[in-house]
Amino acid sequence: MGSKLSITLLALAALTTAAQAQDKSQSNTNDIIARGEYLARAGDCTACHTAPEGRLFAGGRAMPTPFGTLYTSNITPDPDTGIGKWSADDFYKTMHSGRFPDGGLIYPAMPFASYTKVTRADSDAIYAYLRAIAPVSQKNKPHELRFPYDNRQLILGWRTLFFTEGEFKPDPKKSAEWNRGAYLVEGLGHCGMCHSPINALGGTSQSDAFKGGLIPMQNWYAPSLTSNREAGLGDWSIKDITDLLQTGVSMRGVVYGPMAEVVHNSLQYLNDEDTRAMAVYLKGIAEGSSPPPAATALPTTETSLLISLGKTVYDRHCASCHGTQGEGKPPHWPPLANNQSIEMQSAVNPIRMVLNGGYPPGTKGNPMPYGMPPFAGLLSDNEIAAVVSYIRTAWGNRGTPVSAREANELRSAPLN
Amino acid sequence: MFARTAASVAVIFTLAVFDGAAAQTANQPPDTMAARVEACTPCHGNKGEGTSDVYFPRLAGKPAGYLYNQLLAFRSGRRKYPPMNYLLEFLPDPYLEAMAEYFAGEHPPLPQPAPSEVSKEVLAQGELLATSGDASRNIPACVSCHGPALAGMQPGIPGLLGLRAAYISAQLGAWRYGTRTAKSPDCMQVVAGHLTEADVTAVAAWLATRPAPANPAPAPKGTYALPFGCGSQPN
Repeated sequence: MGSKLSITLLALAALTTAAQAQDKSQSNTNDIIARGEYLARAGDCTACHTAPEGRLFAGGRAMPTPFGTLYTSNITPDPDTGIGKWSADDFYKTMHSGRFPDGGLIYPAMPFASYTKVTRADSDAIYAYLRAIAPVSQKNKPHELRFPYDNRQLILGWRTLFFTEGEFKPDPKKSAEWNRGAYLVEGLGHCGMCHSPINALGGTSQSDAFKGGLIPMQNWYAPSLTSNREAGLGDWSIKDITDLLQTGVSMRGVVYGPMAEVVHNSLQYLNDEDTRAMAVYLKGIAEGSSPPPAATALPTTETSLLISLGKTVYDRHCASCHGTQGEGKPPHWPPLANNQSIEMQSAVNPIRMVLNGGYPPGTKGNPMPYGMPPFAGLLSDNEIAAVVSYIRTAWGNRGTPVSAREANELRSAPLN
Repeated sequence: MFARTAASVAVIFTLAVFDGAAAQTANQPPDTMAARVEACTPCHGNKGEGTSDVYFPRLAGKPAGYLYNQLLAFRSGRRKYPPMNYLLEFLPDPYLEAMAEYFAGEHPPLPQPAPSEVSKEVLAQGELLATSGDASRNIPACVSCHGPALAGMQPGIPGLLGLRAAYISAQLGAWRYGTRTAKSPDCMQVVAGHLTEADVTAVAAWLATRPAPANPAPAPKGTYALPFGCGSQPN
C-alpha cells in the first residue's frame, strides 16, 4: 500500500517536473521570439521587407538604385515563397556572409556588410521571431537591373572592395556601454549605409565610415556622424541625443527626411539602455571640428543682395516659429541658430526643408508632432536661395550662401 | 521655527516649479491642433478654406470620415500626390484622425463662386449630368450620393461645394488614370470611367458655380440610400 502510494507520488512528481520543464522551455522560446522582434526592429528589417499596405515581411517593396530597381524579398516563414525552408544556420550565413543558403550572391542593398557584425545568438533570435510570424504566400518579384548590373558575378568585385566579413569585436579599452552602442550602430542599425559617402561603385570604404554623403536616388544629404560641423554629436548632451533618437525631436534639432523613417520604424522601439549606449558611442566617435567649408563660389555683391532679400523673406515667413534670432521654440520648433543641419557644407537639406516642409515622425514620445509648411508653391527659386543663404549665415552660423540654381534643381527631387 | 522654515522652503520650491512651468509654456508652441496643422495651411488655408491656388481643395466642414480616409490614402500612396504622400508618411492613425476632426470642425464661409469660363450650353450639360445623370451611359447623378444640396453625407461622402473647376476636373481625371483610388468598391473610379472629357469639363464647371446653400453641413449618416455600393461609405 505504502509503496504503491509512493510510486503514485513519484509519478506525479515526475509529471509535474516535466510539465514545469515544458512551461519553462515555452517561456524561454517566447522570450527568444520577443528578443528577436526587438532586434528586428533595431535592424529596421520592416522598412525594406514590408511594402506600403503590404503584409508584414512579405517583401515586394521597390528599391530604386542607380543601377536599376531591386525588389525586396519575402522573409515570412512560407515554405515556397518565403524562408520557411531555411535553418537557423542558413539564416545566420545569409546575414553574416551575404550569400543565400545555396551560395548565391546577395545584392549589397541588403546591408550585410553591417549585419555581418551581428552575433550568432542575436541572429538566432531574429530567426526564431521570423519563424513565428504569419507565413505569406507571395512570390518575389524579379529585379529590374540594367546591363551590366544584372550580372550577379559583379557583386564579387564589390565584395572584394567593400566587404569585410566578421562579427563585431568589442574594444577592450572602451566601456561596455560604448561597445554596446558600437555594436548597434555598426551592426543591426546599419547607420553607415546612409551616413557614409557612396562612391561610384556603390560602396563605402572603411576609412570613410560615417563621414556623411548624398543618399543616391533620394537626394537627401546624410550628414557625417563624425564631424561636429555636420551631425557629429560631440557637443550634444546625452539627453539631447537620446531624445532625438527615441522621439524624433530634441532641444538641438529634429529628424526629417529618411531619418524620420528610421526613428519611426526602428529607433523609437529601442529601450532606454540601448538608446543611451548608441548615444554614448555616437558622441564618442565625433572627431572635433572638420576644416571650415570651402569659400562660396558666389560673387560678394550677389551674396549681399541675396542675404538682404533673405532676411525679408525670413521675417515674413519663418520668424513666427523659428524666432527673430533663429532661437526657435525647441524641441517642436527647432532652433536654426547654431544648428549643424543648417550650416553644413551641403545645403541640400535646408533647401529641401524650405521647399517641401515636413513632419517629424509620430512616435510614442511625440505622438502629435508639429510640422513645417512646404514653401515650394509660395517662394521663387531666388527667394528660396535667399532665405536659405540668410539662415546659413545669420546669428553666427558659418554656412555658405546658395544659388537660385541649386534651389531650382531640388524642386524636382523625389519626395518618396 | 522649523515649521516656518519648512513652509518657506515649500513656498520657494513651489514658486520655482511654477516659474519653470510658466517659462516652459512661454517657450513652447501653442498646444493646439491649429499650430500642429500649420504645415497644411499654405495650400489649404488657415482654417481649411482653400487658397488662391485652384488645384488645392477646401477642407473645412467636410465629413471627418472622408478627410480621414484621404489622409490614410495619401499616407499609404493609394492616392498619389507626392507632396502629400511625403508629409504624412510617418504620422500615426490617431493623429491623422485628429487632423481630420480639426478641419471637419472648421466652418469658414463658403467663397463666392467664380464666374464660369464655359458656355451656357456646357453649363446646362453639366447641370443635367450632376442632377439627373445619364442612365443610358451608366452615369449616376452627382446628387444621388453627394446629396441634393451637394453638401455630402456623414461619415464618408464629401460635399462638392467651394471647389474650383480645375480641382474637380483634375480629381475626375485622377480616378480615370488610377492615381486616385479608394477602398473597394471604388465607386468614383467606376463613375469617372464612364465620363468623357467633355462630361468632365461640363460637370466640373457647373459644380464650381454652385452658391452656398442655407445649410452647408453634411447630411447625417443614413439620410438617403446610395444607388450602389461604395467602399468609402459602408452601409
